[in-house]
Amino acid sequence: MSASSPAPLGPFQDNLPHRHRVGAVWQWIFFSATVIGIFVLSALLLNIIDGAFGYVALEARVDPDTLAVNGVPLEELPKEELIRILQERLSASAFNKLNDEKPFEERSQANVYDLVIERVVKYQVLETWSLWESLTRSAEIRARVAEEFPQAELRFVSWLTVETIRRPQSSEAVNAGVRTAILGSLWTIMITIVVAFPLGVGAAIYLEEYARDDWLNRLIRTNINNLAGVPSIIYGILGLAIFVRALERLTSGAMFGLVDPTTANGRTVLSAGLTLALLILPLIIINAQEAIRAVPQSLRKASLGIGATKWQTIWAHVLPNALPGILTGTILAVSRAIGETAPLVVVGASTAISFDPNLFSRFTTLPIQIYQWTSRPQGEWRHLAAAAILILLTLLLSLNATAIVLRNRFTKRF
Amino acid sequence: MDTLDNNRYVIQARNLGIYYGDFKAVTDVNMDIERNKITAIIGPSGCGKSTLLRAFNRMNELVPGSRAEGQVFFDGEDLYAKGVDPVEVRHRIGMVFQKPNPFPKSIYENIAWGARIHGYRGNMDELVERSLRQAALWDEVKDILHRSGLALSGGQQQRLCIARAIAVQPEVILMDEPASALDPIATLKIEELMQDLKKDYTIVIVTHNMQQAARVSDYTAMMMLVNDGSRSGTVIEFGETTKIFTRPSDKRTEDYVTGRFG
Repeated sequence: MSASSPAPLGPFQDNLPHRHRVGAVWQWIFFSATVIGIFVLSALLLNIIDGAFGYVALEARVDPDTLAVNGVPLEELPKEELIRILQERLSASAFNKLNDEKPFEERSQANVYDLVIERVVKYQVLETWSLWESLTRSAEIRARVAEEFPQAELRFVSWLTVETIRRPQSSEAVNAGVRTAILGSLWTIMITIVVAFPLGVGAAIYLEEYARDDWLNRLIRTNINNLAGVPSIIYGILGLAIFVRALERLTSGAMFGLVDPTTANGRTVLSAGLTLALLILPLIIINAQEAIRAVPQSLRKASLGIGATKWQTIWAHVLPNALPGILTGTILAVSRAIGETAPLVVVGASTAISFDPNLFSRFTTLPIQIYQWTSRPQGEWRHLAAAAILILLTLLLSLNATAIVLRNRFTKRF
Repeated sequence: MDTLDNNRYVIQARNLGIYYGDFKAVTDVNMDIERNKITAIIGPSGCGKSTLLRAFNRMNELVPGSRAEGQVFFDGEDLYAKGVDPVEVRHRIGMVFQKPNPFPKSIYENIAWGARIHGYRGNMDELVERSLRQAALWDEVKDILHRSGLALSGGQQQRLCIARAIAVQPEVILMDEPASALDPIATLKIEELMQDLKKDYTIVIVTHNMQQAARVSDYTAMMMLVNDGSRSGTVIEFGETTKIFTRPSDKRTEDYVTGRFG
């Protein structure tokens, strides 16, 4: 170009209204996305609530009114009378078995009453209705039950009760609860946290603070990111191969001489917890790395500049400042682990256990129980599953809330 | 310059060169830093002033791939000799950075932490008070010692950083453009503080501000890129500040200090 006067530049087009319009359209799109998200979540929640309450048509094999003694209704009978009913109605072996589980002298009146209901009265679910149906078609349902099941009793029930939480799994939906599943979930997640948190944070500290930035470490970092994206079922297969099969002596407790006859070789709470720990380890490492990287370099320099060692710098400055981020990442990862189903199915979760699990026992967890119940053909199990989902959500929210409160308390920000 | 006199000089650099990987950032520096004096390092951007400063307490090593050649004698001992622990070096040669970087802890803890990790066994309250007094900050913060160091103003934060450096009782304090992020009043306070501090400490300061160098320092080192296309910096002139600013012997120094370039 010549050094003389440059060619005149073109005029600016008046495009301000257009630019504002484009902005408004994008704003509308983002708003719609939010609304759709909220709508879908509400629909999900409503659907679950819809299933968790509603009318049930029940038929008792033995009408509880006929069990009343001298006009005293069944639930008010003294313990001795209830035991007598059990003795009369059950076979001798069934009665003795109950006594062996826990002697009748030690049982409470309420407990014996529950046994009478479960073993003698034996409610059978004939048909169930959802909350929406129960509210809108109440009269229709009553008429139908009166016509089709004259013996039946129509009750409006909440499938989610204290009893649902307190009771173990049972073969009858009306008597079944999620106690074993909740305990199984808590045990599993405890093992997962105990294993994955220190390992994950330790690896993150090493990778961020100590490891040199060479090709090997870059390869490791890339692969940790890839591992976080591996489908969880693959981790289930890994857990099956390592913890259930190869380390069976450890995971079954045989190594410690604690063989529980109910234990199915390595398919234990311990194997499940370790498998989930493997699953969330990459997530914890990645999140902790991010959190550590976010600690300003000037802070490290300040500390090293007054003659602190590397470890003193990490312990006193890097970790406390990275902790909120590390904990947030851990909360997210643990939330994912609580909801995992597929890997646990592969590792060998049981579905029908009715005893409280321990480290080396067979196990079930809430998602497994929900999965198993929803796949049964009878409608009542799906209602129970809805209740279990509400319990799982509550458990998840309360664990997260506790973690967040603890995080905020222990990371006093300056 | 070839004899070592560690009574008069606390730091003596001999043929010091600093590399970042293959790039030689600073080349062939020889300078003696006198005890209880303020030495300023001036020069245009990118000529290696901060790099040279950081070489005096081995902070450069935090940059991956950096290394030094030549020697830096501190009290007659080579800092780069085998077996010298950089952690101990940084204890005795403290550092104040360009941007105030107090710890996100209380004012008290900012001072006490360094002393504690070095095994200080005396009265901590006294040490905190003395350090803050020496940094001319005590009167402003004595009632809010348990408030966050980050709640202070920029100038106060920088004086807190100076107090933090003093608290571990170093012999030398290196300051890397300590006032460049501060307003003129806060800058003036830091400069006055430096005059007080030189009774007890030796100060080396890197500054972009030539008036500041002229105001505060006793000696000035003028750095410039070596004229061979290598982008490597070196000290082209070193002497008493009055001489550097009034009768420089190097033409480039004269051009720089008179504002003809840079």
